[in-house]
Amino acid sequence: MPALIETLGLTKQFDTLTAVDHLTLTVVEGEILALLGPNGAGKTTTVRMLSSILKPTAGSARVAGYDVVRDARAVRHIVGHLTEFPGLYLRMRPLDYLDFFGELQGMARADRRARAQELLQHFDLWDARARRLGEYSKGMRQKMALIRAMLHNPRILFLDEPTSAMDPHSAKQVRDAIASLRGSGRTIVLCTHNLYEAEALADHIAVIRRGKLIALGTPAQLKCDLLGLPLWQVRLARPLDQPWPSLNGALQVQSFDDLTLRYHTRAPETANPLLLRRLQEIGAAVLELHEMPRSLEEVYLKLVL
Amino acid sequence: MLTDALIITRREIRDSLRDWRILAPIVILTLIFPWIMNLSTRVAINFVEEYNATIIPLRLVPFALMIVGFFPISFSLIIALETFVGEKERNSLEPLLDTPISDEALYFGKLLAAMLPPLFASYLGVLTYLLGLYLSIQYTPEWIVLFQIVAMTTMEALVMVSGAVVVSSHTTSVRAANLLASFIIIPMAFLLQGESVLLFWGQYDVMWYILAALFVADVLLIRTGVRTFNREEILAREIDTLNLGSMARAFRRFFVGAHFSPARIYRDDVPRLLRENRLALAVTLLVVGGGVALGWLMALRYPLPAGAFGPLRVDADVFKSPLTPGYDFLPSIGTLPIFFNNIRALALAALLGLFSFGSLALLLLLIPMGIVGFFAGEMGPLGSDPLTFLAAFILPHGLFELPAAIIATAFALRLGASIIAPPPGVTAGENLLRALADLAKMFLFVVLPLLLLAAWVEANVTPQIVIWFYGR
Repeated sequence: MPALIETLGLTKQFDTLTAVDHLTLTVVEGEILALLGPNGAGKTTTVRMLSSILKPTAGSARVAGYDVVRDARAVRHIVGHLTEFPGLYLRMRPLDYLDFFGELQGMARADRRARAQELLQHFDLWDARARRLGEYSKGMRQKMALIRAMLHNPRILFLDEPTSAMDPHSAKQVRDAIASLRGSGRTIVLCTHNLYEAEALADHIAVIRRGKLIALGTPAQLKCDLLGLPLWQVRLARPLDQPWPSLNGALQVQSFDDLTLRYHTRAPETANPLLLRRLQEIGAAVLELHEMPRSLEEVYLKLVL
Repeated sequence: MLTDALIITRREIRDSLRDWRILAPIVILTLIFPWIMNLSTRVAINFVEEYNATIIPLRLVPFALMIVGFFPISFSLIIALETFVGEKERNSLEPLLDTPISDEALYFGKLLAAMLPPLFASYLGVLTYLLGLYLSIQYTPEWIVLFQIVAMTTMEALVMVSGAVVVSSHTTSVRAANLLASFIIIPMAFLLQGESVLLFWGQYDVMWYILAALFVADVLLIRTGVRTFNREEILAREIDTLNLGSMARAFRRFFVGAHFSPARIYRDDVPRLLRENRLALAVTLLVVGGGVALGWLMALRYPLPAGAFGPLRVDADVFKSPLTPGYDFLPSIGTLPIFFNNIRALALAALLGLFSFGSLALLLLLIPMGIVGFFAGEMGPLGSDPLTFLAAFILPHGLFELPAAIIATAFALRLGASIIAPPPGVTAGENLLRALADLAKMFLFVVLPLLLLAAWVEANVTPQIVIWFYGR
């Protein structure tokens, strides 16, 4: 897959504050990258540089082959940006509002109308099209801002806290929409504090702290790197009348009792079937064997604290 | 660029017209106020005509026209602050910055949007007022005066809107922008007072100069606006709390440098500052020369009647304090009164310069220079040599006072101009503080010693020389 977003030593300095410090990363086409980090880590500044609305102090970035400084106008055409705050014109009605932004994006009038209708219907706002945006709830405003970002069918979407202030149903709608966008080949950079959302949606996760990239990988990689090998658990229906099988060191036992065994293994694909076979041989009634869930939150806290 | 700008303008005008708080006053000022003004004008005209004061109505109508035209455009300032900094405060500006529109198109789109509704209201108000006058007393204005007033109103609206953009660029809240708007309101108030005097005085020729000055101010402010209203500046400015501590530290850094050393100031800083500000010094020098020449020309145009006075002769008593009653606004002839009077004048020039992009500082120097030129020019008809007059009355203390005044005015000019075009990478606030520190340094270490010396010479040497040349 070709890289759609590439940054090399991207840096942004505001007076004495280094908001982004030599950030180097790559996002391939169709991928969802989640940018995680505490408040003030530099996520929004990174996204603003990648959307060509802030110029880097040092380093470079290319978005779909366009340089974010030299080809700023082209970059702004192919990206959609959901800003941290919806920032709507509250006295306008949704269709007029979208028409205005569509016109600024150079869309033809018929296309603007059709696309606005399609998106309003998709996000369940079509029935509220006659109301002014000031009458919308917080969640509706956020959805409206997301529609604005998606209006011109951008290849790349930068979403800054897309589900903040949304009720669970609306948040799920937005998450489903993001997941469906991945299916359509769009590339998405998601800034979020919602770790569940990041884990559920992102192919890769980048953790930023004080402007520096401190971790990058798939959720599974990050967990493995930071929390160690996955923990497995076997549970029996009734106690064993003999000791747990050892498998000649293939298992690193963490804890056990009459009914439960917890262990790490470097090769679960061979160790787990072997363990089950042994247990069957000694007549154990195996209730379940599963990997113990580990949250991204543990990884995140380990990184940023 | 124009197409994109007009998309912005269209939306913003529609948005403004949806807001009754903006719409209602505009309607009142467009239709009701001209009607009241019309009524007042007719009452005033009827009253003064009873006493055959026919000239007053002729002067009253242009003045009333100016007021009727100005009131609606005062709203352009409010709309401009709302449309620039208000959007920033409500976070609705960033979605616009995400679109492909250029910074310039966004700026001009908003500029037009803030200007057009109040300007339209202003023109409509003027039309309503004139129509009322025509229907009631068949009055038609002089077309040149009408043109001047309409052009002046347009230029003033542009000054306020482009000034509001400059102000907005340095704030992130409407509240802070409203406070900073005094930088626009105070010069505009001065301007209106000046225009009123000119209109009552019937000096319509001078209005062309004001129009030209407003045009220059518009160009300067738009240039500054284009430079400061860009994505980088807007988004980089997150907070604008007034941090007096940090301002004081910055001022100290600019004023003192690494360590305080008077020797270093005289050896390094003063020559460097003079070099760096050579353009401002040249402009001020030009104003000094221009002032003298203008005064001289006025003297040639309005010479005193030949033989009205004899050749200039001065009594020695003239220089004795106290001065003749009625002239007590002048300092008495003594070193300290003259010294403090000059400090006051130059400090006032710097203060006014701050609110007028430096122009009023120049004006305060131009006036005394014009007076000097005028008196020198009148010496010929009096039978005295103008150069001898200058050598006796001005040259002795002028050798010290003029350089002091030129330096102080040049640095006041730079202070006023500092917010117009800060160098790349420097904020307007920083640039202002640096200019203030430079002015303070030059004032303290160069201007004050020169003024003290000049005051001593003026109090003790100049009178002797004048008596030597012109004593009886």
